[in-house]
Amino acid sequence: MNHGAATYVRYIDKTRAYYQAEGYAKPYQWAHFDQIPFTPFASLGKPLSRCRVGVVTTSEMARRDEEAGPDDPRRLVYALPTDIPVDQLRSRKEAYDRYATTLDDVDSYLPLTHLHRFAAEGRIGAVAPRFQMIASEYSHRKTLTIDAPEILKQMREDRVDVAVLTAV
Amino acid sequence: MSLAARYLEENGIPTVVFGCARDIVEYCGVPRFIFSDFPLGNPTGRPYDLDMQREVLSLGLDLLVNATAPGTTVVTPYEWSADHSWKDKVLTKEQPFLDPEATRKWLARKEAYRALKATGKI
Repeated sequence: MNHGAATYVRYIDKTRAYYQAEGYAKPYQWAHFDQIPFTPFASLGKPLSRCRVGVVTTSEMARRDEEAGPDDPRRLVYALPTDIPVDQLRSRKEAYDRYATTLDDVDSYLPLTHLHRFAAEGRIGAVAPRFQMIASEYSHRKTLTIDAPEILKQMREDRVDVAVLTAV
Repeated sequence: MSLAARYLEENGIPTVVFGCARDIVEYCGVPRFIFSDFPLGNPTGRPYDLDMQREVLSLGLDLLVNATAPGTTVVTPYEWSADHSWKDKVLTKEQPFLDPEATRKWLARKEAYRALKATGKI
């Protein structure tokens, strides 16, 4: 099939076909809801220039100078400070399009440099002191009952007003 | 990721998701979504293109403030390359999604997770 410029990749169909060919019998059930929650920005009662911005990512960041620890199968939420220069961070993510691109430039999936600049320029009030890593989970239950509540808890502790989430 | 955005939003924190898998994010349904028609990996702009990255983030901040209804998608105006053949190669036998070592780690982690779940530890 030839893709025109306006045609984006159908990952749900492609994943189903790919893993079926690999011998997996039961296709993955992607999360689906009829209703979408909404908190209007206006309900915060202040401009973006006074908002603290939180950041969540699936990019599995680690400090470059730290030894990789053992792989924890629970893959719990963890956080790192947002003031680490991006050149001291690296992604450990393995599930991305490694044929077409790289994860060498942190700001192409975790825009810390640009958020700090927007804070310095007054476009946003501040960047939250830490950002959260969440694993791309097979289990919806785990995301909703363990990971998401932990992120909310940390964001409340950090007095985060709005959140930017990047899916790698 | 989409589930986390929904959860934060339900709890009073406006969110914006940046991603490259439009069908997955929209099938789940998130309040605000910035879609880049890029390979999985660079949802906030092309590597080392600081102007594009800044603009993509800026679009997201605008959407945070200006969205009036949930399920709003904004498509970034950038093309990964004039040649779209990378899309055809995604998730094919010729280009396995994970390399063999990553696949082995993924399967081992799945087994370990199942074992933890069976003992009620997660």
